[in-house]
Amino acid sequence: MKASPSERVIVVPCSGIGKPLGSVSREAVYELVENTRKGVTETICLALLVSGDKETLQLVRNSRCIAVDGCPMQCAEKNLKHVGGNLVASFRVVDALKQNRKLKPKSVTFLDRDGLELAAAVAGQVARKVDEILTE
Amino acid sequence: MVNLPERKVGIVSCSGEGCVEGTISRIATRLVLEKIHPENTVTICLPLFLAGGKEERAFAKDYPTIAVDGCDKLCAKTGTERHSGKIASSIVVTELTNGPNRLGSRSRRKLSDEDLALAESVAEKIAQEVDKILNRWR
Repeated sequence: MKASPSERVIVVPCSGIGKPLGSVSREAVYELVENTRKGVTETICLALLVSGDKETLQLVRNSRCIAVDGCPMQCAEKNLKHVGGNLVASFRVVDALKQNRKLKPKSVTFLDRDGLELAAAVAGQVARKVDEILTE
Repeated sequence: MVNLPERKVGIVSCSGEGCVEGTISRIATRLVLEKIHPENTVTICLPLFLAGGKEERAFAKDYPTIAVDGCDKLCAKTGTERHSGKIASSIVVTELTNGPNRLGSRSRRKLSDEDLALAESVAEKIAQEVDKILNRWR
C-alpha cells in the first residue's frame, strides 16, 4: 500500500520512557509504519512537535493523526490537540491491557513477550482505524 | 519522584520516534538506568516534561540532569534548559557518529548489532558523565 505524503496517516506514540506501556505504544506504531501499514502511515518525534518545530506542526495540522498513548496522562493526544493537530482517533495501551488481562509486560528497554503481544494487539486496533480513515 | 535520595542524576532522553538515533538515545538511557547506575539515576518522560509536568520540571530544577539527544534538533537539551535551567551535560548521538545518518534502510524499531553496540557506547558515555557528577558530590 502507498499513499502520497499528504494522504498518509500520522501515528504518534507517547514513547513514555519510564514505564513498559510507553514502549508498547512505540512498538505498536513501528509495527504499522515499518510493517503492516508501511507507505500509508508515518510517525513523528513527539518531543519535536512539543518543541514547536514548524515543519512538524504543519504536518500534523495538514494530515490525519492518530495518538497512541501508553498511560492515562495521554501526552500524545494532549499535545496533538494543544498544537491544533488534526486528531481523528486516539488509543490507549492501558485500555488494551484491560482487554488482555493475561498480559503483564514488565520490561521497558527491550519488550518481553507479553509486551510484544500487547503491542501487536494495539497495532491491530490502530491498523483497522487507519483502513477506515483511508477509505472515507 | 517523592522521597528521592539526596544524590540522584536525571537523564532526559529525546523520544526520537522519527530517526534511528532517537531509539539509540532511548535504549542507551535505559541501559544506564537499569544496568550501570540503577541507584543513582532517574529518567523523565520528555513529552510530559515539555507539556508541563510539574514534578518533572521541579526535579530538573533541583537535580543535575544529562540530556541525551538523537539528533542536532536537541529537543531534550533545549526543552530542559527552557523549563528548568541549565543542564549538567549534553550528549548527541549524531555527534558521536560523525554526523546525521538518518533512516535509510535502518530500522527504528529493532536495532542492528551495529546500532546496539552504538547504544552501549552511548550508555558508557552517559555513565561517565554520571560519574563526574557523583564525584563532585564526594
